[in-house]
Amino acid sequence: MEFPDDVYYTTEHEWLRLEDDGLVVVGITDYAQEQLGDIVFIQLPDLSDVVLSKDEQLAEIESVKTVSEVYSPISGKVVKVNNDLADGPEVLNEDPYGYGWLVHMEPSDDDPTAGLMSADEYRDLVSEGG
Amino acid sequence: MSGSAARTPLYATHLDASARMVEFSGWSMPLQYSSIVKEHNAVRTAGGVFDASHMGEVELRGPAAIDACEQLFTSELRKLRVGRAKYGLMCEPSGGVMDDVIVYRIEEQRYMVCLNAGNVETDLAWINEHAGSRCEVEDRSADTALIALQGPAAATVLGELVDGAANLSRFACREIILEGETALLARTGYTGEDGFELFLPSARAEGVWNAIADAGRPLGVIPAGLGARDTLRLEAGLPLYGHELALDISPLEAGLGRFVRDDIKTAIGGETLAAERERGPARLLLGLLPDGAIARQGHEVLAGDKVVGRVTSGTHSPSLGRPVAMALVDAESATVGLSVDVRGRIKPADVTALPFYVRQR
Repeated sequence: MEFPDDVYYTTEHEWLRLEDDGLVVVGITDYAQEQLGDIVFIQLPDLSDVVLSKDEQLAEIESVKTVSEVYSPISGKVVKVNNDLADGPEVLNEDPYGYGWLVHMEPSDDDPTAGLMSADEYRDLVSEGG
Repeated sequence: MSGSAARTPLYATHLDASARMVEFSGWSMPLQYSSIVKEHNAVRTAGGVFDASHMGEVELRGPAAIDACEQLFTSELRKLRVGRAKYGLMCEPSGGVMDDVIVYRIEEQRYMVCLNAGNVETDLAWINEHAGSRCEVEDRSADTALIALQGPAAATVLGELVDGAANLSRFACREIILEGETALLARTGYTGEDGFELFLPSARAEGVWNAIADAGRPLGVIPAGLGARDTLRLEAGLPLYGHELALDISPLEAGLGRFVRDDIKTAIGGETLAAERERGPARLLLGLLPDGAIARQGHEVLAGDKVVGRVTSGTHSPSLGRPVAMALVDAESATVGLSVDVRGRIKPADVTALPFYVRQR
């Protein structure tokens, strides 16, 4: 299982990456995709309704076996969604930290990563059983 | 996971294979070993080996065993020859389905009935109540393992291990000697593919599982879990108890009229079923192709804005590459212009004939 060092992790098994332009990329972790199994549908936010509060529903990810909601790890505006996932949802299984990203957000807080976990902390959480 | 879940004789084998275990009907069972889709596709193109040891087995023996079977089960069993198996339903007097079973006629006066894991206790009480005074009823569940080998390569693989296995015809069964013990080999399954089910003593399960896995590996046969078992049976239009079958669903509603024999009045529930057949079932089981979302059990089926039924099972079909579902829908409802309410999103769903998938022969 992969735990890259260049992202921050949430207890809800999401990751955040800070970009140079101040935007935040959000996705789900390797552990999360593995738990879901074969992913077949991803419902992303409609770009006409894009300001989310922390913990508001951001996406819905459906695998063969189950459906799971993804809640926004930060408050902010969704500025870009990964439309490629509509045609190739399996990318989320194959490359959760790369091509499997979900959205780019413009955070409303100064420090969007406050309170989030490092790779080592998240690895510990997952090894304790999530 | 609950620590109280029962374990099949292959529990340790599944853990060694890094299976993801889930609780199902009180049993700790493998959901998947690698990926549901990968295991599903292996069964469609090569083969998969399944642990189905959670299923129950009960034997009915004696001169009156056939009378008991015909009273308990809906199918035409009196004509069943020795060495043949038949699917059927066990119903309440109301016609509701207590379980769906396969009856194997092993000897002239000896029948084995395969039961769903979640129903074993109630089934056994019912069978004992209605048959116990007339014939010998023996629960074999605890000492019987069930390994299923399913897929186009199944006959080749099993032929290497059991002489003449490939010659067994569909729904035939035969006792064989395996590792010095008697086992029952049947050309039956729950995937829509060719394949076998092997009932064997629990103590032999691990050795036989490994032998099948080793013989199958070069041909692409892999272990497959309950996840793939569900997508495979759904594509094949096969009912699952608790979904398409339940106490408040009749076999006729579930589209299983061909397993309700002509003289059904001699079976428990037969009067009700005969009357229902006369007037036609109130609901029908339909195949649906929901557009752009997976409809799952319990989701409402709509005709316009009117609720006309409910989804009984739904998944992503790996073979079709799209969502499929089965639904129980009011018989008088239109079959065009239906839609499904998937968590508040209304998705159009075309009606299609079941099964969704038919194997190439």
